[in-house]
Amino acid sequence: MFEYAPAPESRSVVDIAPSYGLFINGTFEAPGSTGGVFKTVNPATEEVLAEVSAAGPEDVDRAVAAARSAFGPWSALPGAERAKYLFRIARIIQERSRELAVLESLDNGKPIKESRDVDLPLVAAHFFYYAGWADKLEYAGFGENPRPIGVAAQVIPWNFPLLMLAWKIAPALATGNTVVLKPAETTPLSALFFADICRQADLPPGVVNIITGAGETGRTLVEHPGVDKVAFTGSTEVGRQIARSVAGTGKRLTLELGGKAANIVFDDAPIDQAVEGIVNGIFFNQGHVCCAGSRLLVQESAYDEVMESLKRRMATLRLGDPLDKNTDIGAINSAEQLERIRVLTDAGSQEGPERWSPPCELPAQGFWFAPTIFTGVTQAHRIAREEIFGPVLSVLTFRTPAEAIEKANNTPYGLSAGIWSEKGSLILAVADKLRAGVIWANTFNKFDPTSPFGGYKESGYGREGGRHGLEAYLG
Amino acid sequence: MTATLDLRASLHGLPGVDKVGVEARAAALATRSVKTTAKAAAIDLAIRMVDLTTLEGADTPGKVRALAAKALRPDPADSSCPHVGAVCVYPAMVPYVAEVLAGSGVHLASVATAFPSGQAPLDVKLADTRDAVAAGADEIDMVISRGAFLAGRYDHVFEEIVAVKQACGDAHLKVILETGELATYDNVRRASWLAMLAGADFIKTSTGKVPVAATLPVTLVMLEAVRDFRARTGRQVGVKPAGGIKTTKDAIKYLVMINETVGDDWLDPAWFRFGASSLLNDLLMQRTKLTTGHYAGPDYFTLD
Amino acid sequence: MKAADTAWRHTLAKKPPVVTAPAAPTRLGVRKTYKLFIGGKFPRSESGRTYLVNGDNVALASRKDARDAVVAARAAQPKWAGATAYNRGQVLYRIAEMLESRRDEFAAQGVPVAEVEAAVDRWVWYAGWADKIAQVHGGANPVAGPFFNISAPEPTGVVAVVAPASFLGLVSVIAPAIVTGNTVVVLAAGPQAAVTLAEVLATSDVPGGVVNILTGNAAETAPWLASHDDVNAIDLAGVTDLDLATELERAAAGNLKRVLRPGDPENDFAGDPGLKPMVALLETKTVWHPKGF
Repeated sequence: MFEYAPAPESRSVVDIAPSYGLFINGTFEAPGSTGGVFKTVNPATEEVLAEVSAAGPEDVDRAVAAARSAFGPWSALPGAERAKYLFRIARIIQERSRELAVLESLDNGKPIKESRDVDLPLVAAHFFYYAGWADKLEYAGFGENPRPIGVAAQVIPWNFPLLMLAWKIAPALATGNTVVLKPAETTPLSALFFADICRQADLPPGVVNIITGAGETGRTLVEHPGVDKVAFTGSTEVGRQIARSVAGTGKRLTLELGGKAANIVFDDAPIDQAVEGIVNGIFFNQGHVCCAGSRLLVQESAYDEVMESLKRRMATLRLGDPLDKNTDIGAINSAEQLERIRVLTDAGSQEGPERWSPPCELPAQGFWFAPTIFTGVTQAHRIAREEIFGPVLSVLTFRTPAEAIEKANNTPYGLSAGIWSEKGSLILAVADKLRAGVIWANTFNKFDPTSPFGGYKESGYGREGGRHGLEAYLG
Repeated sequence: MTATLDLRASLHGLPGVDKVGVEARAAALATRSVKTTAKAAAIDLAIRMVDLTTLEGADTPGKVRALAAKALRPDPADSSCPHVGAVCVYPAMVPYVAEVLAGSGVHLASVATAFPSGQAPLDVKLADTRDAVAAGADEIDMVISRGAFLAGRYDHVFEEIVAVKQACGDAHLKVILETGELATYDNVRRASWLAMLAGADFIKTSTGKVPVAATLPVTLVMLEAVRDFRARTGRQVGVKPAGGIKTTKDAIKYLVMINETVGDDWLDPAWFRFGASSLLNDLLMQRTKLTTGHYAGPDYFTLD
Repeated sequence: MKAADTAWRHTLAKKPPVVTAPAAPTRLGVRKTYKLFIGGKFPRSESGRTYLVNGDNVALASRKDARDAVVAARAAQPKWAGATAYNRGQVLYRIAEMLESRRDEFAAQGVPVAEVEAAVDRWVWYAGWADKIAQVHGGANPVAGPFFNISAPEPTGVVAVVAPASFLGLVSVIAPAIVTGNTVVVLAAGPQAAVTLAEVLATSDVPGGVVNILTGNAAETAPWLASHDDVNAIDLAGVTDLDLATELERAAAGNLKRVLRPGDPENDFAGDPGLKPMVALLETKTVWHPKGF
């Protein structure tokens, strides 16, 4: 075999401070007496990257108060001026994308080629897109005088730390809201870097506040009476708790939650591209993707061909150092997540399906999981119903389009789905009947700031991206 | 008539190729970073895969002799540098090249069958082929009748390849699909299978004489075709992208693609060639850079 | 809510509904039992319970009636959503026609004529939206890549509605839900007018199960709908008790229902409803497909 020599991206392009405060009202502050500190580690090595502040109730109070006092002037600013701040932020992100990509891979464990080629370009594009809306809101179809809501509490997950930040902050700011954002406990660094970008852009203090911490900080923020709007991306279980806690408060709420997407391969599919789509659907970002194609539905008449190609392709996946430019599969984000994947895959093994992984050496340090497929899975198995959020694919079969649709929809989730076929009428008919917010036909895991993203049923409500994404932040 | 129907049914029964998907896959493979020791190994392999080519109206015995000499010793200053895979010339030039290459292990390829258009009667094409083989060519690069292919006359194209293969005798037959004229990836996949079913030893992208020559995604489709063909029939067929591959960086992208789609078995000059001329000097300059540690200049490499 | 509370005491009617002129001394008026409207049929409550509203016996819906209504609404939903938008528009316009022709009946039940007329006009307004909302609320997304990408609205599914007290309010919550292909289970406040509307719907080509109307005590049945896992959204427009509204919203979080919170209690529904009532009950589906040959 033609072996590639190590090709590591330079870690030294980004400076990581030994410790970080909370970004409140335009400055980094130490947490108050109710707060604390925690460490963030590189999941590929378990090395501590930095010490980060845990915001306590007092800190949340201060952050919400800062956002509240910034709201008046910020929302009164002409849209064209708000737009220019966002354009400026977008440009700085472009200029500093190499630093950010390295930082994201260090803190998250995702391969540098993904943070460099997927996350960062989409982050910058998202700010550019919503920048342009700031002075055009009256043309967006939400009435003649659309108004911002106020202070938005935003809680985001660890799988795409900076991209999820962009999805939350860009539309909120474009519409004239101010924000308090809490990044995930295991991936706070890129959000703190973004705080610095806000300063570099001379964004008025208090418009963006970044507070770090674990679930308790998030809960305090979401339940804070000074908050007018809550936006959350994360698990369905936490989403449910937030929906309960927001009940009766009048706070506006949007939720992007879990998924268990069906990726449906018909026997007339472009097989080689379908196999790429299957691989991209479940192994992109270690499967830490809410819209991952985690249930593969293959038409029985194409089963052998698809599975043979898929296994051959999986054998070429390169797992290892996230900073190596040739790495396809990086580290699992945390020990906790690795444990969850193990519990569910162990259940999968015990319930009967056949488990397969390509030969794959896992590094001794850090959190790793080999790309895995289960065949012979039925709808009754846990691995076909529960979101694993890891590089684990459950393979099911079907005979007819109606059966594929029925199986695809047989889940409380409804975030995304894939369809592979060369027959246009089949694609359109199936797309029409799938109960999911994003349908990828002959492609998978594609994202764009102009394209609304969000789920049906227990995958949450509201849309992010596109004109639709403005609605969540307009009164 | 039955044969026509069977051929059509077989070729149109192949899985489709999604353009955006295949191009995205090729582009993703092109981002592989190949450095240091891996790069050194790749450069030597690429040199061994070069079909050093001149196909000009102005070719003369002197010109092709010099090219053949270079094929034998691409870098006169470095005896560790391997020789190329083959020299590729017009049939009229074959005897002059044969003299130089005799016994060297470097193959002698010739473009026959009314290259590059293929627009000649079959007997002329066959005579062209026999002459080249008789003059010493051990590899024949033929062109298919693209017009017949595009008109759906698959049996015609098939029978021509069978006839030329027969005229080749022991010489290896490379079938040029001229993918730039086939226009779609579905056609590239079908033409690949057609050529292989008719007996091609190699399938080759292009003549180098039309605006669109070899591309990564076209080669990817052809690699998938030879992979699937071997799985189905047990017979291995080689692949030759030709035209437009000018730099070491380009060549390495092709090697990465072989590595990750068909694997080791094709990482060999017996099964993969680059139809190129200027590529060789860039490979030599990069090779020197790796050896000496500084950048090389064109004046230090022969221009033959 | 008000009607239900009054009836709760099982008082006798203060005066019978005006149906005929009381000229003939010997003829006794025939009273109608107001039954539920589920799956296109008019069943009694499975509980056998009724209550009195202005002298009329009205079915008092139970949690099992609510359950049956959800089953009927779910069964009807795919076909209703799958009907052409033109067809749904035609059906809504037919409702307007039938309502217009029965104005007097509503007037006799105490609904002001102007309000009935406004309700007719509202059906006409929504009828026209059936084949336009997708154009206004959806569209092509110019993504940065070789992809065809469109977003189109789709109905969210089965919607539970706690209807406002007024007749125009009732129409104003049902019409925007069903015009896009949702089906509804409505907890009605003014039972006679609501059931009479059901009779209009039953004779207007509305497929059975698209609209289901339950009469009775919303505080009793609404929690069952709010917590029902096969209900996709709940509209609390008619909830005036804020504690109940909070309880229902909390219950709705169980399966992450879309929740439309109680509106302004002073809202007489006379103004332009805008797009919100429709959009709130729509999902946006975005479809990507590569372009290439």
